Amino acid sequence: MTVSFLIAMAASYGVGALSALAGARGRFGRGLVAFAAAAGAAAGLALGLTALVSRAPLALSLPGLLPVGGGLALRVDPLGAFFLVVIGFGAIPAAIYGASYSAAYEDRPASLRLLGLMFHLFLLTMSLVPLADNVLTFLVMWEGMSLTSYFLVMTDAGEERARNAGLWYAGMTHVGLLLLASALLLLSGGTGAGAFADLRERAAGLGPGIRDVVFILAFLGFGSKAGIVPLHVWLPRAHPAAPSHVSALMSGVMIKMGIYGILRVALDLMGGGPAWWGGLVLGVGVVSALLGVLYALMEHDLKRLLAFHSVENVGIILIGTGAGLMFHHYGLASLAALGLIGGLYHVLNHASFKGLLFLGAGSVLHAAGTRDMERMGGLIKRMPWTGAFFLVGAMAISALPPLNGFVSEWLVFQALLGGVAVPVPEVAIVMPVAVAALALTSGLAAACFVKAFGIAFLALPRSPEAERAHESPFSMRLAMGLLALACVALGVAPFAVVPLLSAAVAALAGLPDTRAELAAGLSLQAPAAFGRMSPALMALGLALLVGAIPLALRVLRLASRPRPGDAWGCGRVGQTARMEYTATAFAEPLSRVFAEIYRPMRQLSVDFHPGSRYFVQSIEYRSGVTPWFEQFLYRPFLQSATFVAERVRRLQAGSLHLYLLYMAAVLALLLILARWL
Amino acid sequence: MEYVVGGLQAVLALALAPLVAGFVRWLKARLQNRRGAPPWQPYFELRKLFAKEVIVSGQASWLFRCAPYVVFASTLAAAFLVPFILVPGPMDGVGDLLALVYLLVLATFFLALAGLDPGTAFGGMGSSREMTVAAIAEPTIALAIFSLALGAGSTNLGRIVTQALGNPAAAISPGHLLAFAALLIVALAETGRLPVDNPATHLELTMIHEAMVLEYSGRYLALIEWAASLKLTIFLTLLANLFAPWGLATEVAPGALAVAVVSLALKLGLLGLVIAGLETRVAKLRLFRVPELLGVSFVLALLAVTSSFLLR
Repeated sequence: MTVSFLIAMAASYGVGALSALAGARGRFGRGLVAFAAAAGAAAGLALGLTALVSRAPLALSLPGLLPVGGGLALRVDPLGAFFLVVIGFGAIPAAIYGASYSAAYEDRPASLRLLGLMFHLFLLTMSLVPLADNVLTFLVMWEGMSLTSYFLVMTDAGEERARNAGLWYAGMTHVGLLLLASALLLLSGGTGAGAFADLRERAAGLGPGIRDVVFILAFLGFGSKAGIVPLHVWLPRAHPAAPSHVSALMSGVMIKMGIYGILRVALDLMGGGPAWWGGLVLGVGVVSALLGVLYALMEHDLKRLLAFHSVENVGIILIGTGAGLMFHHYGLASLAALGLIGGLYHVLNHASFKGLLFLGAGSVLHAAGTRDMERMGGLIKRMPWTGAFFLVGAMAISALPPLNGFVSEWLVFQALLGGVAVPVPEVAIVMPVAVAALALTSGLAAACFVKAFGIAFLALPRSPEAERAHESPFSMRLAMGLLALACVALGVAPFAVVPLLSAAVAALAGLPDTRAELAAGLSLQAPAAFGRMSPALMALGLALLVGAIPLALRVLRLASRPRPGDAWGCGRVGQTARMEYTATAFAEPLSRVFAEIYRPMRQLSVDFHPGSRYFVQSIEYRSGVTPWFEQFLYRPFLQSATFVAERVRRLQAGSLHLYLLYMAAVLALLLILARWL
Repeated sequence: MEYVVGGLQAVLALALAPLVAGFVRWLKARLQNRRGAPPWQPYFELRKLFAKEVIVSGQASWLFRCAPYVVFASTLAAAFLVPFILVPGPMDGVGDLLALVYLLVLATFFLALAGLDPGTAFGGMGSSREMTVAAIAEPTIALAIFSLALGAGSTNLGRIVTQALGNPAAAISPGHLLAFAALLIVALAETGRLPVDNPATHLELTMIHEAMVLEYSGRYLALIEWAASLKLTIFLTLLANLFAPWGLATEVAPGALAVAVVSLALKLGLLGLVIAGLETRVAKLRLFRVPELLGVSFVLALLAVTSSFLLR
């Protein structure tokens, strides 16, 4: 049964890739490619769900496909199955959306072909990452996922920005691969046998020093994919550059493979570690969450703003995960499970609302031709469906009840509150700081999405393009609608989701199955009787109240028809878009409050009339945020790399004799070394 | 029976909310040597607003017309979670203190969006400032919740209150007092009182809440004003009943409920006096000094958590 799902998945992606390569174009061709992707994703989703529900791991080995290092080994265990579900869940709407969205590439057949081919290969390799059961399979699939997504980022290779983004992405992802490969090879001890089962056995016998090194390498490697600060720099470049349905996948799904990897290595392969592992993950999570949302606030490119929010949400996921790792060390098993479940719930939620928001941004880009929020406005009237869906996504990401973001943040909060049970006071006292940071993050996220939705969709159009915007085609609306529905369902019915997450977590490092403890009837209950809440009843109450109030007013005959009038403009008649608050103005108070972090730069140049300084001819104002991560962290590194490269280049003189001499010299050196050691 | 009383207390709070707001206004006027409108003036204002014609800007979208209902509904939903006179409330399993705070954020979110919708400069200015204040007040609220939860072992309001009732000495512990001070400052910020916002002026450059709702009229404005006074009542009741829960009814008995109503009235009156006193004594802070005030409240809350952890 499960094997047939796996075959169906691979076959669908294969068919899709081939038909894209064959140059499937037009309505039918694009539909075929999209259908193949959706079918493959559905098969993956089914495979993951069956494995999660049945809880029976399924192992599959195909040594013939990869002749070295143990061959292609796959295994579906609950943890991997959960991430497979996330991939399928995010990929189905993205594929549907792509059917219409890729029409923009019709006049560039090469781009369309590349897009379709890489989209399928990306989905295939990414789906196999959480199924990999040995080091080689894992690394091959990981690199496949990175390379195919690199090509997807480069779909618009004609643009300078896309090429720049691709360069950053390729650089960061390969540094990450290097770190991962060293971590996994260190864990396998160079024995060549890289089966995960062997790794588990070996890890138990390793010294603490080596284990720490493996963990740090793996955390940095996976973290660079997940987009933790300060390794997040590729993310705000690459996500906006890719086509929007690909951005939705990269941001909603791919970066979660980093979370998967951290869980797999730290908890599954190594069986947990000292408390500081969890502390490090938690600390990095806090910093990522705060800096991610702070930078998002200053961003006026809609897709870059969303990309920074991915950094924030990965931070929230890591806060839950880190707390879980920490509690695991102290033997607080059910609290550990709660933290991890909170993190995984947020993984699923982020896939739904970030996918939705990126698709919404894609629709706006499609309709208004710009990603600059200062040129949007009034879109809610021109694109009512997209507006409504985007609003749902904005509410969900701001953690507002009764939508899904609230549920996972509540779980993470509860896990952190449980932190006082930790026997070490220094650790327990750190928890409040994490609680405060998480609260600030969600407050700032709400502010940021008031800005994003309010400036882009409300008020008057700020440019002729926005004025002429139109609603997107049916398949794009369908994809957004599905995700909006998922946001509501995941928010209202956590009692149905938590048992599955509990299954994914239960297998890890001796953690218990807490589903009976956590989900009681319609409500959620944190262990140790901490908090109790029922999102379903809350949603019901809210819906009843929102419905009852207008009804009551009608019954009381107080609901007269509103009369249209003018907005108050201080007595001035006639309103123009230039009177509106802009995105920059909206974020101004927060940019002042957090000036220490932003180090804002302002330039004001005023041209006066030559006759008198009292007549101003033009004023030019520029403002921005200093990207000090890049200035102080990356620039010195890149400069020294360039410096070294310049020097090394002299070695390459083009003379064959010289090269032969190098070889002989190195050989001699190695022989001497071998003799010596 | 419990459910009936539990539901009724929220409706009662809704009915009394304008009185609370009017009472603070009246006290303030008295303290400033003015005669002031009677405490029940807000009821007349609400009736007048409900009867008036609604004028909506031609630029506004459906969101502008839905927002007042969402604001009112979510504030009322939050009120259902508050133990006004009876603990443990029957709604305790529906939502805890975190859910209550996020329901109030939901109201703020829609109000801020509605402020941006008509596309005027004032509305945007109000929204931007409101969200700024709300965001930086959030950590303090979370920490105050943390310190309360530490004492009670739960974030559910009913448990916090029953725990405090069972252990009166905890109410005067340093942790509790610090958390009270922190939450008081936050309550001032969240409900748009001095020194953060001035509920009495419509002066464009200083106002936050009033700027945001400037475009509203008629029944929409009535709903928003009513929700604002309910929010004030909720915050005052939380301050009163979480930190000094005495007098709350623990069972549905006429005598106990009567005592609870009287004690709630007394506590609200006392807190109203505190707020009116504060509002006559302090001047409004510049907008960019507000983060400093909220920073103070954050530090207080952090100290509250630390001390209630160490003195556990």
